[in-house]
Amino acid sequence: MTDASLNPSEAPRKGSLHTQNARTVRRNRAEARFKGYGIAAILVGLFFLVVLAVSIVRSGAPAFTRTVVDVEFTLSAAQLQEAESQLFKTKAYQTAFINALKGQLDERGMQVEVDNAAIERLMGKIGGDLRSFYADNPDQVGKAVSFQLAASSRVDRYLNGDLTRDSIEDSRFLMKTDLDLVDALEEAGIIRNAFNWTFITGTDAGVDNPGGAGLGASVIGSFFMMLVVLALSLPIGVAASIYLEEFAPQNKFTDLIEVNISNLAAVPSIVFGILGLAVFIQFMHLPQSAPLVGGLVLTLMTLPTIIISTRASLKAVPPSIRDAALGVGASKMQAVFHHVLPLAMPGILTGTIIGLAQALGETAPLLLIGMVGFVARGYPDGIMAGFTEANSAMPAQIYTWAARADASFYEKAWGGIIILLAFLLTMNIIAIILRRRFERRW
Amino acid sequence: MPLFWLIMIVLAIAAGGFALGRQRSLASAGGDNRKLHSLPSYYGWNVALKAAVPAFLLIIVWLLAQPLYVGSTVSSMIPDRAVADNSSRGLVMAEVRRTAEGLDNAVAEGIMTENFARDLRADITDVTQRLKDAGQIVTSEVTQPILNAAQRFRVMNAAGNLYMTIAALVLAVLGALWGLKEAHFDFRARNVVEHSIRAILVGAASIAILTTIGIILSLVFNTIEFFRLYPAWDFFTGTSWAPSFSGRGGSSDLGVLPLLWGTFYISIVALAVAVPIGLFSAIYLSEYASPRVRAFAKPMLEVLAGIPTIVYGLFALLTVGPLLLTIFGRDGLDWMQAGTAVMTAGLVMGIMLIPFVSSLSDDIINAVPQAMRDGSYGLGATRSETIRQVVMPAALPGIVGAILLAASRAIGETMIVVLGAGAAAKLSLNPFEAMTTVTAKIVSQLTGDADFASPEALVAFALGMTLFVITLGLNVLALYIVRKYREQYE
Repeated sequence: MTDASLNPSEAPRKGSLHTQNARTVRRNRAEARFKGYGIAAILVGLFFLVVLAVSIVRSGAPAFTRTVVDVEFTLSAAQLQEAESQLFKTKAYQTAFINALKGQLDERGMQVEVDNAAIERLMGKIGGDLRSFYADNPDQVGKAVSFQLAASSRVDRYLNGDLTRDSIEDSRFLMKTDLDLVDALEEAGIIRNAFNWTFITGTDAGVDNPGGAGLGASVIGSFFMMLVVLALSLPIGVAASIYLEEFAPQNKFTDLIEVNISNLAAVPSIVFGILGLAVFIQFMHLPQSAPLVGGLVLTLMTLPTIIISTRASLKAVPPSIRDAALGVGASKMQAVFHHVLPLAMPGILTGTIIGLAQALGETAPLLLIGMVGFVARGYPDGIMAGFTEANSAMPAQIYTWAARADASFYEKAWGGIIILLAFLLTMNIIAIILRRRFERRW
Repeated sequence: MPLFWLIMIVLAIAAGGFALGRQRSLASAGGDNRKLHSLPSYYGWNVALKAAVPAFLLIIVWLLAQPLYVGSTVSSMIPDRAVADNSSRGLVMAEVRRTAEGLDNAVAEGIMTENFARDLRADITDVTQRLKDAGQIVTSEVTQPILNAAQRFRVMNAAGNLYMTIAALVLAVLGALWGLKEAHFDFRARNVVEHSIRAILVGAASIAILTTIGIILSLVFNTIEFFRLYPAWDFFTGTSWAPSFSGRGGSSDLGVLPLLWGTFYISIVALAVAVPIGLFSAIYLSEYASPRVRAFAKPMLEVLAGIPTIVYGLFALLTVGPLLLTIFGRDGLDWMQAGTAVMTAGLVMGIMLIPFVSSLSDDIINAVPQAMRDGSYGLGATRSETIRQVVMPAALPGIVGAILLAASRAIGETMIVVLGAGAAAKLSLNPFEAMTTVTAKIVSQLTGDADFASPEALVAFALGMTLFVITLGLNVLALYIVRKYREQYE
């Protein structure tokens, strides 16, 4: 009654079990192939991550250095007198400076043409800087002062190898002949790379001055926005989660809230921008581009994230804690506020920090409330002005730079991304540490 | 009085009320807190809540209502002849607001006296000149009606703010007094306080509903306004997108189809990248990987989800675009004209979506009961056969839900397409051509200096409405599928 007796034509398997027949070989090969696809998929994903990281670091690092012209320069009292007596005073300072530079090059035995126009193209109009320096520090007259003057962004790009002699076209920004001067200065050690503090502390510069652009003002803008988000979304989010998790009865109203929260979590961020534009700016006439409005929009956007994570950490507190509190005579409100909430706090804070990090990197809603298309030239004048004065925010500033026609700004945009990612990384690491340190397994 | 100080004063009244209420309740019990119905601090909280909550509610309502009331009153003051033919009442009101603000600043800087700024018969050229001296931006022609409206606007706003301050302070003090009167030892303070806290919690939870209502109202009203200026039929069936920038409407083609096509095309390219990679990653991580590999690879892939979209946008614009251009551009296969294209944006968006697909699928594959796998192994199936023929069919509905969620994410994504996809709206099949999407056009139509009353700006709200409806539909469908599937194995 066995299968074998019914199918006499199919001979029992011959040979050792240790040698695979053709079908097994095929199946095993398919198995290996399938596993290979999986490994390949993971590797492709990680490869993209590496490419992203490398291209950010490689393109962004130059933004943190700038080329400076390092010249020791002595202005005698007589030269000062003479310069102040002329009609074009800054020009006279400039001439004195260029003569000093020429002298230094001659000392080293280099014969290069140095003229006023070329220096202006390389370093901008430096006379004004010199004059204001001596006006502020009159005691420095007659002494040797070491000046570090920023070179133009095109010189930066030439020295980085971004621009070459062949690719350059003569323009009012840079002539081919200027490059001889740059080479000579480099050989003499007068031009060198220095850390670009302007990029970190400075404010945005106009479209024609990529070298002077900095992220500082928009970091402050982002900071004020995050203050608004934190001050609103943490209390509101925690209150809403406590209600939904601990008090809400099973009814239509609760269901409505739950459905709304899960849908808001998936609404595209740009829709929140439209909401902000229509409600906060068109209807309530709050100031455009203000960190306050940005903060309000981002609050509405992060609330669902915070509520979802807060509810998860409230749920993680075991019911025995509540029962014990109720058992010794606490009211339900006391049980929640005195026992459940403190125990859930590390989880809530972790969720809040992650929500804030998400809000910090969000760009699209900020574009709609006007944080783009203007130059954030200054720091706010005070705490209140920090909320209401027009300012940019980090991601909006990066977008503004990326949208400018001048390719020199791209480097700034990448550099801005490095700073933005550094903030996000710090926040996430803090969240992870909080979780590791205070998380309790029940 | 600035709002900040008003809030501070109300808070101070509440804090003082807290201390007084606590003290008074204790005093009523003769200093023996065992006689009190509730803990002493509850009597304090009762006073503080009665002082602060009504005052803050009043301030919020007042701040919302005052601009509406003042705006409509002043607006009705402006005679029709003051509204030029090529202008609108909204524009004139914006001018009035600007002028009023200019007057405010001029007074604050001491260039004008308050009386001068209020003088209804003031000489128009003199006022304009003084405003210009104060460095206030004023359009050249401040007309008499606009100036008078601005003056009225200032006066009404100043009066409104004054009344609001008085009303809020009176309310706070009255509330505090009421609470203090109640601070007696047999008053059930804890129950009252807990009821009000519960009401506050409900209020906080309702903000989610208010947000949704706000989104829907702001989209619906502006969309209706748009369809009044531009026929809805043309919007939904138009195959050409060519907004005019110069004139005031009329000559614009605002058909949504090219934008929808661009959106779907880019999303399809993105899903074609993300779904295979994400799905195979999830399968490998949940079925094959050792715990150590999993502990390393899963968070690493999820880092991709934590990177802000502006980074991906820049990556598309400055790295992927030029790279594709060297392969498919004029020097290579000559299929591509510029770095911004459907392929560029789709590829980068696909990278962004990998962790969405992989995390969700991972969860869903893990939820398939182990018994099903064991049964399959017991019949002699290999791992891959088990996955393909047992686990995948069981997990399929959930995975479809995950893919739909990723698709909704792709459709709503903004920064990558703004930077990477180009600006030209086209109906084309070539993935190496620049196309544009609904989200990119919302940004470009609303970030210019366009006036909000023109169809070119209002169309963004109709686009937002379209986007909202599509993504909402996808989300609801996806959540429904995922939930239904979860129930199957729980």
